Amino acid sequence: MEGEAVPTNPALRVRGLVKRFPGVVANDGVSIDLLPGEVHAVLGENGAGKSTLMEMVYGRYAPDAGAMELGGRPYVPQTARDAIRAGVGMVHQHFLLIPAFTVAENIVLGAEPRRGPLYDEAAAERNVAELAKRYGLAVDPGALVRDLPVGLRQRVEILKAFYRDARVLILDEPTAALTVGEAAELFTAMRQFAAQGIAIAFVTHKLDEVMRVSDRVSVMRRGKMVLSGKPTSQTDPGELARLMIGRELAPPRRARTGSAGAPVLETRGLTVPASLGSPGLVAVDLAVRAGEVVGLAGVEGNGQGALVSALSGVLPASGGAILLDARDMTRTSAAVRVERGLAVIPADRQEEGLVLSFTVAENIALRHFRRPPFSHGPILDWAAIRRRAAELVQAYDVRPPAPEAYAANLSGGNQQKVILAREVSGEPRAVVAAQPTRGLDILATDFVHRRLLELRDRGCAVLLVSLDLDEIFALSDRIAVIVRGQIVAWREAAATTPEEVGALMLSAIQEHAEEGADAS
Amino acid sequence: MIQSQIATGVPWQRTVGAVVLAIIVSGVVLAVAHMNPFQAYGALVSGAFFTPLAIGTTLADALPLMLVGVGVAITFQAGLVNIGGEAQYVVGSIAAALVGIAFAHMAGPLHIALALLAAMVAGAILGLVPGVLKAYFSVNEIVSTLMLSYASVYFANYLLQAGPMSVSPYLQQSANIPASAIIPALIPGTQISWGLLLAPAAALGVAWFLRQTRTGFSIRMMGQNLSAARYAGAPVGILTVVALTLAGALGGLGGGVEVLGNFHVLYDSFADNYGFDAFVVALMARNNPWGVLLVALLFGALESGGSAMQASTGVTAAMIDVVEGLIIFFIAADRIVAWATDRRRARAGSGTSPAEEVQA
Repeated sequence: MEGEAVPTNPALRVRGLVKRFPGVVANDGVSIDLLPGEVHAVLGENGAGKSTLMEMVYGRYAPDAGAMELGGRPYVPQTARDAIRAGVGMVHQHFLLIPAFTVAENIVLGAEPRRGPLYDEAAAERNVAELAKRYGLAVDPGALVRDLPVGLRQRVEILKAFYRDARVLILDEPTAALTVGEAAELFTAMRQFAAQGIAIAFVTHKLDEVMRVSDRVSVMRRGKMVLSGKPTSQTDPGELARLMIGRELAPPRRARTGSAGAPVLETRGLTVPASLGSPGLVAVDLAVRAGEVVGLAGVEGNGQGALVSALSGVLPASGGAILLDARDMTRTSAAVRVERGLAVIPADRQEEGLVLSFTVAENIALRHFRRPPFSHGPILDWAAIRRRAAELVQAYDVRPPAPEAYAANLSGGNQQKVILAREVSGEPRAVVAAQPTRGLDILATDFVHRRLLELRDRGCAVLLVSLDLDEIFALSDRIAVIVRGQIVAWREAAATTPEEVGALMLSAIQEHAEEGADAS
Repeated sequence: MIQSQIATGVPWQRTVGAVVLAIIVSGVVLAVAHMNPFQAYGALVSGAFFTPLAIGTTLADALPLMLVGVGVAITFQAGLVNIGGEAQYVVGSIAAALVGIAFAHMAGPLHIALALLAAMVAGAILGLVPGVLKAYFSVNEIVSTLMLSYASVYFANYLLQAGPMSVSPYLQQSANIPASAIIPALIPGTQISWGLLLAPAAALGVAWFLRQTRTGFSIRMMGQNLSAARYAGAPVGILTVVALTLAGALGGLGGGVEVLGNFHVLYDSFADNYGFDAFVVALMARNNPWGVLLVALLFGALESGGSAMQASTGVTAAMIDVVEGLIIFFIAADRIVAWATDRRRARAGSGTSPAEEVQA
């Protein structure tokens, strides 16, 4: 049953769905067909209406207008339970698993095999093992979910859907939390599901993933379907990007205007002990000069987190030195480092970069409240904080442009803009940007990249820590490769290739893997 | 995560819902026991509010809860689970009584001020100790504050029953506080002393401190997101000590005011669980100092109205423990309430996903 070759009857037919929320039409007459056996990418920027569409298919939102058919019959799910019963499964970005239960228990929960009145654990684990084998998703049915990494938890979610005989599977931004390796495994698995006749809706905003795994692609922009089910082989990333954002987007200007100056941010033999899940740092020598971007490339979990934390002052170094403008600040507190002009954009914007329950204004003041104009002596000046926040949300195009909005209510891209505004608006001497565009859509990514290059052009030293080689190459002047907490190579960006850097990143990984340590 | 839930507090809708549910369920209990719930509640409300004397008793019962509760709210805002209100209240009472009895010849206002200061210092020390243990020795503050509470209550019992503060082996109480140390009545003929004014003053001061000062901002930051606070350069250890010490001072003040303004003597079992009730009060008030005053007033009204209810309708005042217990139960049973509200929100299209509920 190859969906793309022979036109078959769609597994799911959606016609003219409309969903209004107060003040916004989230879906405005959206139609889409999902064919059995296809991976159908649903592409769009954050806020384009993809998730709203899928939640209507999954019975969580009731459409205001429009109709759906499932397998040729009218389909009007009132709840997610109706959708599941009808054969529609959905894997959300946040998983719905019970951490203290085993894989098998999570999968069969609500439809448990019984022996007499009792739960039949052996049968459950047997069924799950069979199911896992059939769909090529290796999991240990007896493992506790809380012990599993994100990639495996996602497999459990998918198996949960298949256990309930899903014929239509919705994957909502499934790669957002995955490592590169886990994502590749997911794509292989998705092809296997399609080969078994499953219709897969693959919701994403990442163009490369669309090109890599999908049979057909639909694009949403501002609640409308602007491209409907075009075979992926007949389109290209340029066309898709244009459709997504509604205009051309020139790549940011990378070429450096001046030459790099003196070293601004340096580490000499910086060492941090290994801890759970992190190899720590082993005698790291870094020098980021004024007016240059140094890209730190590496596979996730090779000490990038320890480096960023040691630089920001959260994690004490056990050896070596950190210097800013040739002044030692190895032992200074995070607060003093901020005052000396070290900006840090943490990798985890929700866990570390922001206090989600604080307002935008409070988050703008988060690291600068100790000095005028935000405070005078021990007393805060909220009028000044609000004024500054209002200026910055305008300048950084934060939406909504409201200093009193809670950070939790902003989209990921706007949250990142708040962090960026806070960190870089004060003309820092050096910026450490960790995964600054993870999870952001094209426009927000472009915005962050331009700001970082502007900073560089004004003589700031920028250390870019990223798992994304395309990003490293788009911005960096020099590239350092980190493996197991050590810098293993330095390259001029102009004199190397992503292939070479990729090979360096993996150079010492093999032995790592054999020791059984995980890289997450 | 207990910590993060406590720092955020209970949404006020849930607090109101829990109170309403508790009242309804208690009413059903009364009806099943062949008592008229409307009559009982009527007696309760009139017994709590309808005469100056009743209002006086309600406010007097609420005052220690207000002061201890405002202190506990500071620690909750810092994300610290402080169950030490009892300890701080007890040592505050002891210190105030000691100073009150020892310096019998001082001028009134000065004597009162000195005794209250002693109460605050004593309470502050009992906040400082778990604070230092937590900040520098990683001792869990839940355990240390709870243990100190027990230790303080037993210490007070020792002092009054056989120890140096006992006036007679048959009467487990201290000597009377001399008149110079007694806080005068605000409204003559009631239990309300001028000490009542300390409650709004404390709420105002704490609200101002948390909102307007750098230290207060850092304390709120660490309560809401510890990693972000560290990244922002907040001195988490020092702030832990500061928050617990301030809470201790207010807890001690609560004890001091109660002894000097209401009891005029220290006797055993005077603590009456104020420290633990204050924990619930702060939680219900979402750690908002002004909210603490309101919720403490509710608890005070239940206490004073309950006695009146028993006197006039024969419904036992223990019924009030049932109401309070049910309030706490319905707040703790937040999953039930959350489930009901989230279902409605999800259908309306703006709800949090059940996934977040599960992961929370």
